[in-house]
Amino acid sequence: MSSSTPATRPGSPDGAQASSRGGFSRWVQRATSGSSWTVYALLVVVFVAILVMNPSFGEPMSIMAFLKKAAPLVVLAIGQYFVIVSGEFDLSVGSLVGAQVVIAAKFIDGDESMTWPVIGLMVLFGLGVGLVNGLIVTLLKVPSFITTLGMMLVLYGAIRLWTGGAPTGSLTEGFRQWGRGGLPDSPGQFQVPYAVLITVVLGVVAVVLMRRPFGRTLVATGDNDVAAAFSGASVWWVRTRAFLFSGFMATVAGILIGGYAGVTAQVGEGLEFMAITAVVLGGVVLGGGRGSVVAAMAGALTLEALFTLFNQLSLPSTIRPAVQGVIIIAAVAYAAMPRRSKAAPTSTPSPPTTPAGVHEPTVPKEPQPAAP
Amino acid sequence: MSTAVSTASRSTGSTTSGPRRRRLGSTGIVYLALVGILVVSAGLVAAQGGNFFSQGNLFYLLSQTSLLGFVAIGQTFVILCKSLDLSVGYVVAWSSLVAATTMAGDPSRIWLGVLAALAVAAGVGLVNGLVISKLRVNSFIATLGVGLIIKGYLDTQYKGPSGEVPQAFQGFGYTRIGPVPISVVVLAVVMVLAVVLLTRTRPGYHMFAVGGNIDVARLSGIRTDRSIILAHVVCSLCAGVAGLLIAARFGTGNALVYTYGYDLNSIAAVVLGGTLLMGGRGSILGTVAGVLILASLDTVFNVLDVSPFFKDVLRGAIIIAAVAMYARRQIDPASSRARFRALGQSVRPGSRSGPADPAAPARENPSAPTTGTEATR
Amino acid sequence: MTAQPLGASAPLLTLRGVGKVFFGNSVLRGIDLDVRPGEVHALVGENGAGKSTLMKIIAGVHQPDAGTMELDGAPVTFASPLAAQAAGVSTVFQEFNLLPERTVAENVYLGREPRRFGIVDARRMARDTDALLADLGLHGLASWMRVGSLSVAEQQVVEIVKAVSYDARIISMDEPTAALADQEVELLYALVHQLRARGVAILYVSHRLKEIFDLCDTITVLKDGDFVLTTATADITPDRLVRTMVGREFAGYYPDKDPGTVPGAVKLALAGAGNTQVDGIDLEVRAGEIVALAGLQGSGRTEIAHGVFGVAPFTRGTVLLDGEPVTVSSAREAVRLGLALVTEDRKAEGLALEQSISANARLVLDAVTPGSSDRRAQAIPGILSSLDLVSRSKDAEVQYLSGGNQQKVVLAKWLVTEPSVIVLDEPTRGIDVGAKRAVYDLMRTLTARGVAILLISSELPEVVAMADRILVMRDGRLAGELPAGSDEETIMALATGAGDGSEHVEVDLSALADLPRDAALPGDAAPPGDAAAPTRSAHSDTLQEEK
Repeated sequence: MSSSTPATRPGSPDGAQASSRGGFSRWVQRATSGSSWTVYALLVVVFVAILVMNPSFGEPMSIMAFLKKAAPLVVLAIGQYFVIVSGEFDLSVGSLVGAQVVIAAKFIDGDESMTWPVIGLMVLFGLGVGLVNGLIVTLLKVPSFITTLGMMLVLYGAIRLWTGGAPTGSLTEGFRQWGRGGLPDSPGQFQVPYAVLITVVLGVVAVVLMRRPFGRTLVATGDNDVAAAFSGASVWWVRTRAFLFSGFMATVAGILIGGYAGVTAQVGEGLEFMAITAVVLGGVVLGGGRGSVVAAMAGALTLEALFTLFNQLSLPSTIRPAVQGVIIIAAVAYAAMPRRSKAAPTSTPSPPTTPAGVHEPTVPKEPQPAAP
Repeated sequence: MSTAVSTASRSTGSTTSGPRRRRLGSTGIVYLALVGILVVSAGLVAAQGGNFFSQGNLFYLLSQTSLLGFVAIGQTFVILCKSLDLSVGYVVAWSSLVAATTMAGDPSRIWLGVLAALAVAAGVGLVNGLVISKLRVNSFIATLGVGLIIKGYLDTQYKGPSGEVPQAFQGFGYTRIGPVPISVVVLAVVMVLAVVLLTRTRPGYHMFAVGGNIDVARLSGIRTDRSIILAHVVCSLCAGVAGLLIAARFGTGNALVYTYGYDLNSIAAVVLGGTLLMGGRGSILGTVAGVLILASLDTVFNVLDVSPFFKDVLRGAIIIAAVAMYARRQIDPASSRARFRALGQSVRPGSRSGPADPAAPARENPSAPTTGTEATR
Repeated sequence: MTAQPLGASAPLLTLRGVGKVFFGNSVLRGIDLDVRPGEVHALVGENGAGKSTLMKIIAGVHQPDAGTMELDGAPVTFASPLAAQAAGVSTVFQEFNLLPERTVAENVYLGREPRRFGIVDARRMARDTDALLADLGLHGLASWMRVGSLSVAEQQVVEIVKAVSYDARIISMDEPTAALADQEVELLYALVHQLRARGVAILYVSHRLKEIFDLCDTITVLKDGDFVLTTATADITPDRLVRTMVGREFAGYYPDKDPGTVPGAVKLALAGAGNTQVDGIDLEVRAGEIVALAGLQGSGRTEIAHGVFGVAPFTRGTVLLDGEPVTVSSAREAVRLGLALVTEDRKAEGLALEQSISANARLVLDAVTPGSSDRRAQAIPGILSSLDLVSRSKDAEVQYLSGGNQQKVVLAKWLVTEPSVIVLDEPTRGIDVGAKRAVYDLMRTLTARGVAILLISSELPEVVAMADRILVMRDGRLAGELPAGSDEETIMALATGAGDGSEHVEVDLSALADLPRDAALPGDAAPPGDAAAPTRSAHSDTLQEEK
């Protein structure tokens, strides 16, 4: 997508002459690269629809309540974004979330002093799962969706095996507050939920990370891992780190969900598909190389907003999966439609080099861009 | 005129001692594994004082086999074409409901119910195939999406078990000849038909081509979209048959069936059976062996009273391990030609004559850093 | 297939004035070609001459933009490869169109499997395939063998069998021996003779002069997209042929070396390096020196580049940097050691096409030295402007840039790492004249700064003008070294082995016992050519029956 900002003179350092307005619109453009503008439009449309049906939704407390509920999915979408933009899938996050919640309940077991150590344990566990996923995909070369589907089964079975089928123990207030509470600590009054704060922080971290060398290398790997390897990237380590992030985000989501919704046996089921839907909705292309993390987060918000809208319309919750299905297909079909970004050939064509013997015009000609 | 062919080196693994022997090689391995598992299971059960091969156990094993078997056979077609079907569980559920509600307890409507169920299943397969080939949606997403749409429909339309299957049809689910359920006989018939379709008809041949290398297929004039659509229709039809079996067993249709994990288990069985996830190679017999392996594991866990959760863990681990093993054996179509092969066994111990760099990507790309040719124009 | 006497007058395929334009560049102009039944017709020219494009037009992959094609005297255009095949014109490409998991018979009959009562008649397929194989004298292959288990030579045979099964009357072969080991070439020779005897015409696209002189009756030479001449093989010598392929006016822009540039210490050295693709490679590149690696496609030049860069490491011999032996086993290590590799195929190997110019230009920094990436990346805009990169914005996706600009991004990516040794693999392939100039200027600037450059190039004028020393590769080995300013003919002669009669491959004469007696082999006792190059005319290439 070509820039609409004033032309930067070649040679001038990137930020030096850009006015603050040019810089902002360029930031906006970067943040909305690719086909992401549709998700923001969709988000706005859905929000407006909800407000029309229920103007009180626009009140600060309602908005915060909505964001608190949506936070876990947004966090999961961030993690899934890292994996998808590098060209892979992570289908184990749902059962990982469930596993984490069960682990938390069992080990904390109502003892406040255990809250933080157990959270530490959960983080380690989440990273461990991510590491295993990453290594199996990159070193054993098992396709990621098989690896993570298998991991999903393993986690699902292992956790139930461990607890005998039903979760035991209980969570403490210290744990639950993250998903439930907020600042200032005055329930019933307006508060900014911790969940929202955490999500924003993680979102900022993710955005910053994607603008660092690691992020660019990650996207380049998803775009063309051959070129990335030739450029010295350690492809296996880059992808494994993506899985590590995904595992970490699933852990955070687990903490938030545990606090918000409590501990049940079904916690986490289906979340992986919701996360993928959110990311795909945000215009992140399956197969990697394109899409922004902010758009993925927006996709998660849009999905949650859609479900809120359906609540408003009193649509039965059983319809949710169908909506998800339609959305996924439409989003991917739209992305797959022949557009100039899809039309670039993948290798240098037979070279139409201008033969040395032909008389050249004095001004070197600039051939057409390579995209047919 | 004799030629220099006999001196040309062949790549490893092929004994040219007869037609078809090579293909059975990998299927043979799977059956060997099956036998191994049966032996070990029998041993474990005997150690507990039981008989693995009792009528009851065998019947259970075979019943499990037939259910998953139908779905896995269908999934084989799809995976052969380098595609995937994650909607099978929902198709099974839906067709069971359609069958049961159409039959509505009336024996004269049995065939109507059967036809309706199969028609619905085929329709889903058609939709899957079209979304994948015409809308160019990745098969994972396409079939996931379709599956979810069906789920939404089923959950909204049907609350719990619905419909009623007449006694006559329930026989499909329960009748047995000795320890062998009728459903297994039907499975055998379906298996034979599938084998014939795949290995004896043009559409079947073309599916191998589409999955092996879609560009080569196209260059040979094959209508690749048709092959993909056909594969998906066949897959969903098989799932439809499984749905009929469910209906026969339960006496009603039931949406909850989609939670039984048919999607993952069928893929597991197919992969265990030696069909390449990358398409182009596979066998129905192999898949059936894979199903038998999973069913045997199921049975032995049942008999030994092992936690069903452990089964899940094991299944997940087995799938990953199997694919990892097959991934290693994958043949690189652009077979690297070594100009100096004899000299390639080098002075440096432990080094291989070929790209050893883990940073070098495994992407199938003619220009990828393999011991290949310079990129040609 | 009735055997036609050689020299039958009516051409099977006639091309007149054929031309082709890609993206506004004309790659073929005014091509005339006659292919006669039973003739083995060579199509030669150096890389970029247009042989491939012409072959693809005949194969139906491309359609001509100018000129006419006639098959059996009737005008024809092949809209697709399938159409060409149906008309009896088959092509064996370098990248085989085979399914490795399927058998020979299944591959040969792919898409048109014979049927009986709706079921594929596998038995008939096998029988027919076996008959074809036997007919061509191939007793070591059978219809039930899995193609993936066959050697490359055997796979090529399957491709040829497939062509024959389509009743091909013309079979084009694109560099058929490029992928074969020496002993496997004999098999191909035997097949070619078989096909000739059956009246099949063969269009043999190749660089390899010894094969051309062994096998071919007629030679057509292309140069820079133009038709040069058609001649009977008997009427020309290898030396003369090479001269027609490469001689041209020296009209390109090549900057002179800065007089202050004196080669310094040896930066990169290979001693006896080898792997499965190359052997016995000894070379040295000094600081401030440009060493060119010339040679035909497939001679092993890129393999040397990959070996040096650690992507496909050497298994024998040593690599020395600044005199110290090093083991380079990954691109990452190579970068850290101060090496850079501008790969041959920038779109597949050099660029992440959907990313921006700045992201691509920073890619090596980001991937290998992320900590200092921000600081070092500040040099990028300066580098890009010194390369005259014309683009509207740093955030433009590189896929929208012209080839020349894309190459500049790749170069910038490597320059910013300040390497001490740069390997350039076909750096000016597919880019416009202005960009080429920028590349050449860059090379001079770098050498003035003391960078060692290993240049792999198929453009002989470039090699001649830019290199301080020229190493010529042939068949995975070094064929020789030439000083700067050597002429193109000498380089080409070394690359093709034309001047070197000792490596003539022996044809198995006993195997040809059952060929018709009058089938003379071109190349035996060829008389020395005239001083005047044979000119083209409609009937110039009559083949001599008896020698």
